[in-house]
Amino acid sequence: MEKFNVFASRLIPKEDYVCSGHRACQGCAEALAMRLVHKVLGRNTIAASATGCMEIISSPYPETAWAIPWLHVAFENSASVGSGIEAGLKALMRKGKIPKRKINVIAYGGDGATVDIGLQWVSGAMERGHDMIYVCYDNEAYMNTGIQRSSSTPLHAATTTSPAGKAIGGQQTWKKNMTEIMVAHNIPYVATINPSYPFDFMRKVKKAAEIEGPAYLHAYSCCPTGWGSRPELGIQLGRLAVETGAFPLYEVEYGKYSVQEKVEDFRPLKDYVKLQRRFRHLTDDQIAASQERLIKEYKLLLKKEQMTREGD
Amino acid sequence: MAKQSPAPNWQDLALGCATLEAGSSRYQKTGDWRSSRPIWNFEQCVKCGVCTVFCPEGCLKMNADGYPQVDLDYCKGCAICVTECWTGCISMEEEKD
Repeated sequence: MEKFNVFASRLIPKEDYVCSGHRACQGCAEALAMRLVHKVLGRNTIAASATGCMEIISSPYPETAWAIPWLHVAFENSASVGSGIEAGLKALMRKGKIPKRKINVIAYGGDGATVDIGLQWVSGAMERGHDMIYVCYDNEAYMNTGIQRSSSTPLHAATTTSPAGKAIGGQQTWKKNMTEIMVAHNIPYVATINPSYPFDFMRKVKKAAEIEGPAYLHAYSCCPTGWGSRPELGIQLGRLAVETGAFPLYEVEYGKYSVQEKVEDFRPLKDYVKLQRRFRHLTDDQIAASQERLIKEYKLLLKKEQMTREGD
Repeated sequence: MAKQSPAPNWQDLALGCATLEAGSSRYQKTGDWRSSRPIWNFEQCVKCGVCTVFCPEGCLKMNADGYPQVDLDYCKGCAICVTECWTGCISMEEEKD
């Protein structure tokens, strides 16, 4: 029946829980991702936010863009605070202090807060099995503090701490595969989401909210300021990232992989790279090498899907 | 005149410096960041609502007739709606004065 769970742009919820007037840059796809997440989760939600772009833009004191209970916590421990909220709610409901009902608990952070600074906290919250959602809004660098590299920055991307010059051309390491780290925690639900595919996005967020136990979502979010792309291309870049294999869309439910928006013929990575200033120093050889590795990883992903789906 | 952002003094602050009014960022009209504004040609519009989904600002709503309506108080003019509209009925017009 799941496949008939149709979303259409005219049927998606009208209410916004991240209100207009937030201070995101023009064309910020991360703000769009956050808006869509909270459209699905709705009113009965408590959010814990790590420091990062999405905290800065949504809570310029004494104002707030939030229409739900929202906490700002330190850079690293949003997952711990989220798990604390969940445990607290559970205790209060058991003691009969608040009525029993489903309250979504969401903790989120940027890629720096998730992949670098908060990794062990995220790992701990997921390992303890709290019924919560963790969302990583991955814009591939520390954009809030001025575009410093994180371990989620892709190979060769120029940032202020991995500048592209004659000796070294941008980031020297491959992007850390955070989604697979979370899959290795054996949690019920892990998925990558991309706001350029809003219906797939909303279906996955809904699934993450409904599933019992921890869920991890990794959201691709284009950052026009940090990537040096035109603000109107945010959604197109998301699509190109999927079509070139740079950000495959897949979900892992109880260890079973399934890949969405399967790519048969990969688009040349150059189409994706040339729209971003952070990649302008790349040579054709470097692009070809990156594409080769991306395709290899994509094929591995398809193999994993095939293996875990055997006997279905 | 637009309502001004409340500027509390320290006696007015809630415990823990909590912000008690939901969605108060609306006091800040971010529309003045805009250098060009989107214009709809409703003759071509098919009321699909794609622009309302992709607006990062959430300032696009469907009006009673089913056409998208932009809240220019908050539109930052990113033109995502222009690139994503597949009928091509939205265009950007430079802000005068």
